Amino acid sequence: MFAALKAADVRQVAYVPDAGHAALIRWAHADPAITATVLTTEEEGVALACGAWLGGQRAVLLMQSSGVGNCINTLGLVASCRFPFLAIVTMCGEWGEFNPWQVPMGQATAMVLGAMGVGTVRVERPDEAGPAVAAAALRAFGRDQPVALLLSQRLIGPQRW
Amino acid sequence: MVARSGLDRRAVVAALLRERGRLLVVAGLGSPAYDAFAAGDHDGAFYLWAAMGGAAMVGLGLAQAQPDRPVLLLTSDGEQLMGLGALATIGVARPGNLTVVALDNGHYGETGMQPSHTSHSVALAAVARGCGFADATTIDTMAGVEGLRAVVHRAKGGPRFATAVIGAEPLPRALPPRDGVLLKNRLRAHLGLPVV
Repeated sequence: MFAALKAADVRQVAYVPDAGHAALIRWAHADPAITATVLTTEEEGVALACGAWLGGQRAVLLMQSSGVGNCINTLGLVASCRFPFLAIVTMCGEWGEFNPWQVPMGQATAMVLGAMGVGTVRVERPDEAGPAVAAAALRAFGRDQPVALLLSQRLIGPQRW
Repeated sequence: MVARSGLDRRAVVAALLRERGRLLVVAGLGSPAYDAFAAGDHDGAFYLWAAMGGAAMVGLGLAQAQPDRPVLLLTSDGEQLMGLGALATIGVARPGNLTVVALDNGHYGETGMQPSHTSHSVALAAVARGCGFADATTIDTMAGVEGLRAVVHRAKGGPRFATAVIGAEPLPRALPPRDGVLLKNRLRAHLGLPVV
């Protein structure tokens, strides 16, 4: 997935820390061609990605499905200005979830994104993750279509409690 | 506590944007956008009409993508109160070319002049200082605004934050274009970027 982001010339990586994204976050910080921005809340990353595009850079937002709910109003900016938007979302509340309080937002994630005009593509298998990032980057930056990849909880693996 | 009286917001913004040169401007929804537009429309300006609380992060994304150009983010007390976390994020990201100016009248002007938190216990410049901004000041004189103008136009030394204490009297609205695609593409064209 990181190689696909690099190949798509993604230059800003914004994230709220997440175990499922830990490797991407580490590699983003280690790459001198990438500006990695740690956020306090996910909607900051939506606005950051819009600003990056205004300035000529492609950005990706990494978050958990719980954070999608925080983004709703700011996604209006993406729709109103037809900004490219690419998010990679680690899913909670769907497969082997320990914490039932994660379930409502996990179950609503795709609907919430759809309601704000963001397309969703589920990724279930490791071998499809890289190609899915490449296709989503083309859809976002080449076609002006906002898109979120939803990495299934089954793909990410069991939580340790 | 912000006093009811203060600087003329239009004069503050006009002074900051005078001879704007390479400066890029992002203005948050409501009065900051009206103030920036009233100072003279410009292809290097982007006005928000929504996403309250998000303007500062648009400014950060732009500043990080264009590190050699100074970026001015115009916001208000009400908007930045909705995005206090963004001040923490900017403090950590440390964009040297970004200045955030909060036009602070202590009220929500768009919705009936209800007092905001800055009319009570909250001081935004103190929050910004605590978040790690390189400089954070409160300005209540036009001489102070002139001093701020000089540093706003520098692409180094930030991130800077300034609260400009402005009056709460209503002003005629000056409405920027509402076509978001137009605003996006004209800024990109201004920077020599493709717009298709």
